Amino acid sequence: MLSSRLPPEIARGIRDVSPILLGIIPFGLVSGVAAIEAGLTPVQAMGLSVFVFAGTSQLAVIDLLAQNAALSVTLLTGVVINLRMLMYSASIAPSLQSIHGYWKAISAYILTDQSYALAVARYADSDLTAYERLQYYFIVALALWIVWQITTIIGILVGAQVPDAWGLGFAVPLVFLAILVPAITSQPKLAAAIVGGTVAVGGEVLSLPYNLGLIVGGLAGVAAGLSTERILNKRTTGQNDVD
Amino acid sequence: MSTEYGPIAIWSVILSLGILTYTIRASFVTLFGLIDDVPPEITNALRYVPPAVLAALTVPAFLSPTGSVEIIGNERVFAGIAATAAAWYFDDVTATIVVGMCILWIIRFGL
Repeated sequence: MLSSRLPPEIARGIRDVSPILLGIIPFGLVSGVAAIEAGLTPVQAMGLSVFVFAGTSQLAVIDLLAQNAALSVTLLTGVVINLRMLMYSASIAPSLQSIHGYWKAISAYILTDQSYALAVARYADSDLTAYERLQYYFIVALALWIVWQITTIIGILVGAQVPDAWGLGFAVPLVFLAILVPAITSQPKLAAAIVGGTVAVGGEVLSLPYNLGLIVGGLAGVAAGLSTERILNKRTTGQNDVD
Repeated sequence: MSTEYGPIAIWSVILSLGILTYTIRASFVTLFGLIDDVPPEITNALRYVPPAVLAALTVPAFLSPTGSVEIIGNERVFAGIAATAAAWYFDDVTATIVVGMCILWIIRFGL
């Protein structure tokens, strides 16, 4: 068996990440297809996956470039979507503290939702050495990186073959939807989504310039989530957790 | 829809987003010890960024693809409703894409 010859944490990482790799295949394919549909060159499409390597923000940028939104709004949206990784970085930092700077720099580059989630779960349920923690994190994050790049390439090749009439660009809002629906796990999050979506549509109808409706909608949605949380907390005094 | 931006504009977005995203990822891994944690108010607000921003990206794409709200004759609304049901029921990206694209194609090519 392959797994018996590998260091245990590497074998364990491969085992844990495998089902997740299957799950990111369609996402990676869409990011390649959609970039070509949006008029990016294959090299630009690949550049997004290599330099940014964060699916949701890549798709948002592709979507906004296709709509010829203002470049500042496009960039800002991508950055805001990726801000969540501040939390991952802060949370995983103590576990990767004692490793060498060079490995730390690469570890940061391949940090994603999935590699963060798996590593934190693994570190919580067993007592690993710093080296084992790095092995586990690294193999998980690297496997995700490799599958992401390969599926982007396949998506680019497919996107170049499929006629525009098929409307494959529509897969982008469908992917957003597939991430959005399971992310609504509480009433404040539902409020954030409803207000965010409604304000963004309002921005379109009022033809706010530069796709500003998106930014305003995002801010209004976060505000709605926070105030709903506050109202619910007030109603159930003593019970803080609404998540 | 296809972008009218030239290569310099597109590359500047790709590289700027790449640099900023790397900065976000590396922030605490590198600076650990200087700042210890994200302030709780910010962590709390960040939890609402995905639902708010994803909805702000998604809802107009289904409801007002051309800039005004259209329900009748808008194939994307029907595909979007079916895909929302699929996302909720299956909790799976592939199933959501397949259902949404199939409804779009049925309306566009099949009726």
